[in-house]
Amino acid sequence: MLKVENLQVNYGGIEALKGISFEVPTGKIVTLIGANGAGKTTTLRAIAGLIKPKAGAIHFEEANISGTHDAAAIVGRGITLVPEGRRIFPDMTVLENLKIGAYLRKDKLVRDIERVYSLFPRLEERSWQLGGTLSGGEQQMLAVGRALMANPKLLMMDEPSLGLAPLIVRGIFDIIREINKQGVTVLLIEQNANMALKTADFAYVMETGRITRSGTGNELLNDPTIKEAYLGTMNEDD
Amino acid sequence: MDYLPYLLAGVSVGGQYALIAIGYTMVYGILRLINFAHGDIFMAAGLIMIYLCTALPLAVSIPLVLLITVAIGFVIERAAYMPLREAPRMSVMISAIGVSYLIQNLALYLTGGLAKPYISIPWISDTITILGATTRRVTVITPILTILLMIALILLIKKTKIGMAMRAVSRDFDTSRLMGIRVNNVISVTFIIGSLLAAIGSVLYFTNYTAVVPTSGQMPGLKAFVAAVFGGIGSIPGAVLGAFLIGICENLIKSGGGAWTNFSDAFTFVLLIAVLLVRPTGLFAEKKIDKV
Repeated sequence: MLKVENLQVNYGGIEALKGISFEVPTGKIVTLIGANGAGKTTTLRAIAGLIKPKAGAIHFEEANISGTHDAAAIVGRGITLVPEGRRIFPDMTVLENLKIGAYLRKDKLVRDIERVYSLFPRLEERSWQLGGTLSGGEQQMLAVGRALMANPKLLMMDEPSLGLAPLIVRGIFDIIREINKQGVTVLLIEQNANMALKTADFAYVMETGRITRSGTGNELLNDPTIKEAYLGTMNEDD
Repeated sequence: MDYLPYLLAGVSVGGQYALIAIGYTMVYGILRLINFAHGDIFMAAGLIMIYLCTALPLAVSIPLVLLITVAIGFVIERAAYMPLREAPRMSVMISAIGVSYLIQNLALYLTGGLAKPYISIPWISDTITILGATTRRVTVITPILTILLMIALILLIKKTKIGMAMRAVSRDFDTSRLMGIRVNNVISVTFIIGSLLAAIGSVLYFTNYTAVVPTSGQMPGLKAFVAAVFGGIGSIPGAVLGAFLIGICENLIKSGGGAWTNFSDAFTFVLLIAVLLVRPTGLFAEKKIDKV
């Protein structure tokens, strides 16, 4: 579905991505893991059309979408990004936040809103509340729901677990699996490598602008070097 | 002493300031930019009206003035502000000052420095009597039209898709893009609305004056800006309320006669300083909920 080839991005004179290649097959959950500053967010922002790559190609369903630098067109093609820090609109209601996620759509949204509410019943209870008054976990639900409103084929998520309590993180990852079961392909980046690797079908490891390892989630989860570098010695439930 | 004529004049000129002030406050809300050229767009609308009326009937000139002013606002944004989107805010501000002088100098060139007499528009310039005070019909029309336009604009922003996009863009460019919103188009719409209201304000305002000169936009522009700051820049009802207050106050001061008349402008700026000292964010400060 998504194929990135030799993607290079310069960010303020720094080579943020030094030529990375990876693939996201249809219907799968793929994750990029790596430390802060490895270039994970830059990768997603380049795919979303927010930043212009210096070189390389991004193919989505056989079309080359790199270099358009037009985020709206990318959304129109069926790729949405749940940005880091959730970035919900704080002075819009929950319902308005969902509606704005479907900005490019001209058809009726009732069924999609119901779908989001069935995934996140909490959002339905709070549909008239302002986004800014929600808790961190609820804001993350809203950000995911908002991204689903565009009816994406590929959902990209930037650090969905950031700043959330472990119990809520687990809930979010359950939802990611559920969304994937409903037919949405997922590209996930995470510092919480443990959760990400358990959830993903396939994983890539990023280090300072390069992809250094790849394998199925389980392979990497059991790899001693990965364990040491990214999983730490913390207990399983973390 | 009869204050009614002064009060009426104040409400009227307040409405005209309000129509300009909305443009300042909307552009600020979305770009965090004080569009210094806005008052000059207002003046340009006046001059265009004069030139068009030499050849065309009023029924054609007025819509055409609105259209051309909107086009000028659109082109200024695309040519002078859009290329600086990623630049520091100071650069855009300097660009705005540059555009302001460009328009004034173009006007100077076109008019040859002569004051151009403004056409009298029948019906709205007619004299009427309200509660014993003699005034022109425009005095009554202006506040009503201003309030109606303000309500329409607030409904647009609260209830429509483009309004939702405007609220989103004013909050966060990148996240708006991720929703599929074309940010530059939304910014253009903002300038179009601002210029349209300034053009309407211009027709109403200059009807009360005899002539337009290249600097005619400065004082009303400045006062509308003060009104926008007074009301809490970024807030549309705030700008309108601020404009009415300034219009009414300055005219009530004029009712003192003599020296008071000369000081009515100074009053506006004393008011600005006082507001900034006591309440730097204005009457209706933008809500800020930033939760991480």
